[in-house]
Amino acid sequence: MNTHQPHQPPVAGEGSSLFGDAPEINLSRGRLDLALVRLRLAWRTLRGGWSIFVESRIGLLSLAIIGLFALMAFSHPILMATVWERDVYDPVTGYAFDSFEHPASPSWRHPLGTDSLGRDILSQLLFSAKSEFILGITAALVTVGIATTVGAVAAYYGGLVDSLLMRLADLIIALPGISLLIVLSALFNLNLFYLALIIGVLGGFGGTAIILKSQALSIRVKPYIEAARAAGGSHFHVIFVHIIPNLLPLSLLYMMFTVTGAIFAEAVLSFLGLLDIRMSWGIMIHTANVGGYLLSGANYWWLVIPAGASITLLCSAFYLVGRALDEVVNPRLRRHDG
Amino acid sequence: MTNYLIRRVGQMVLTLFLIVTLTFFLVQAQPGDYATFYSLNPDIPAEAREQIKASFGLDKPLWQQYLVHMKNTFTGNFGISFGHYPRPVLEVLAERLPRTVVLFLSATAVSFYVGFFLGKAIAWRRGGVLEYAATISGATLFTAFTPAFALMMIWIFAFKLGWLPVGKFLDPLIWRGAEVSANHVFSYMLATAAVFIVFAFLTLLAARKLGRLGAGRTPFLVIAAGAAVVPMAWAFTGVGYLALDILRHMILPIATLTLISFAGTMLLTRNSMLETMREDYVMAARAKGLPEKVVRDRHAARNALLPVITSLVYSLIFAIDGSVIIEAVFSWPGTGMTLLEAVRSEDLPLVMGSIVFIGLFSLLAHVIVDVLYVYLDPRIRYQ
Repeated sequence: MNTHQPHQPPVAGEGSSLFGDAPEINLSRGRLDLALVRLRLAWRTLRGGWSIFVESRIGLLSLAIIGLFALMAFSHPILMATVWERDVYDPVTGYAFDSFEHPASPSWRHPLGTDSLGRDILSQLLFSAKSEFILGITAALVTVGIATTVGAVAAYYGGLVDSLLMRLADLIIALPGISLLIVLSALFNLNLFYLALIIGVLGGFGGTAIILKSQALSIRVKPYIEAARAAGGSHFHVIFVHIIPNLLPLSLLYMMFTVTGAIFAEAVLSFLGLLDIRMSWGIMIHTANVGGYLLSGANYWWLVIPAGASITLLCSAFYLVGRALDEVVNPRLRRHDG
Repeated sequence: MTNYLIRRVGQMVLTLFLIVTLTFFLVQAQPGDYATFYSLNPDIPAEAREQIKASFGLDKPLWQQYLVHMKNTFTGNFGISFGHYPRPVLEVLAERLPRTVVLFLSATAVSFYVGFFLGKAIAWRRGGVLEYAATISGATLFTAFTPAFALMMIWIFAFKLGWLPVGKFLDPLIWRGAEVSANHVFSYMLATAAVFIVFAFLTLLAARKLGRLGAGRTPFLVIAAGAAVVPMAWAFTGVGYLALDILRHMILPIATLTLISFAGTMLLTRNSMLETMREDYVMAARAKGLPEKVVRDRHAARNALLPVITSLVYSLIFAIDGSVIIEAVFSWPGTGMTLLEAVRSEDLPLVMGSIVFIGLFSLLAHVIVDVLYVYLDPRIRYQ
């Protein structure tokens, strides 16, 4: 990982002299300087990473798509508060009184038409964007939180801890996730939050942990780890201050893949009608399917295509950003060395 | 090598054990139990309720129930399905497993071949139009919303063009007068496919042993001749038209599953190739003056294959989950659809049986990948 600067062993108080500052400045000033230097290093790393990231046009385009969806998610509450009346445009309980037949085709008042229950499709689409982001980001944070800790701990301690955690990861990899979630949805009432939690935990103890552990192994043998130990740092300190920050670039990459997986899983389960969620893209397609509009093809395109395209676009955008990040954190995939 | 395989199989049995344990405790953790299904009716007197509980063994302590469940599962007794009463779960699953296996195996084989082929091609010519086209279309298919994509395929090929049937396993109109059962015909089809694969494999093996005599097109001609014999043999049996009907129903699900899963292999192969292409032996092979195609296929791609096989585990799981979704959309009566049906009708014995079978299936796939890896990587073979 030559794009990421290893953290300096924190020798509190002496930090200022490390960087050639005047030795007489007091302790808090030294800490401030150290923080500034770290900030500058982080900024430089970020800029370097960004310039590599920009090289991949697909990654940039995907980032723009994610931005667009984020904008959609933010626009829904604003639109609801300003121009959209609640009893017409509510994504779940609204009813478009202005049309006698539902699903109504796109019109000026309903740019994407209405579904078979008379609800505005655009409103549903924008509303669901928010829940997809919440789901994806929660699942990704849980996954990465668990996986970095598990990976760092397994690599640092080795031995029994390592083999137990890694066997567990092997076990989880072997489980077919969607099938397991289908079973869970039969037994329990799954809502968005529990779904995010389950996906996060499965991902965190599963494949992501293995990859982060192998990365942590290569960090463990770096001299600054030994220096930190020699300076009296506890195991806890070394793992959380020295190993985990260096795992973060790779974790960020796997966050992207987790988001894709989470959104996909939610959409599939909603499509099969197994989740306890108010509205989502999967539920929109489920509604169209239950009403028998799916095989009507192009006649009722607004029931399926906006939701289906949103799922596909957002999933692939996160996936492709992940792949572009892969080129940033993995120097061997780059076009030029550097 | 034997030790390695024994260890892997041991791990597999342990994993299966854990899956069964997990499902058992999940069912225990949910509110209510088997007996509440039948005893919630207020007309049932308390004694009868107790009797029902006793007949299910639910009056025993949890650990005893667990031991009984374990014993039953590993002796193949999954109980009786509520939804398909009075058929045992094992019988229902045994009928449906081959259909899933066929769907999964053929899709995996084709998607692996296509993915590997495209992956090495786009890595070799980096930055070309092909790379952008393949990456974008592959990633889109890979992350496409599977049910919507499957429905689109149905809409195009079955509904608009009318080339293929919409879904299901067979067409009842064709089968109305038939005197054999669908499973009977299907198992013969499986046997035919197995014989044909063995025949093709042996031909290629013989061609390699024969040396110059077996070079060129001869072995492929022999295989093509074999392939021509198969339909003729089926025509003689008199049930050929029934087999053809099943075959027609198979095409669309397999094609869909292949399309959504080839990209994983392709993108992985590309990355792995990019790393291999920087190795010294590739430069050495070029310096020797070998043709570009030989350098690519024999030197770079052969070594890039190993990490792809290691990661095949992930794509296998992806394909197994994908086949559950595909089965649901195409009404293909395999284990995935059985699981879904059972979940919807709260047929708990069938739910547990199906998830154990799906787990077993994914574990077996793992072991096969391991064997393949040992075969491909001489460093493990000669340890």
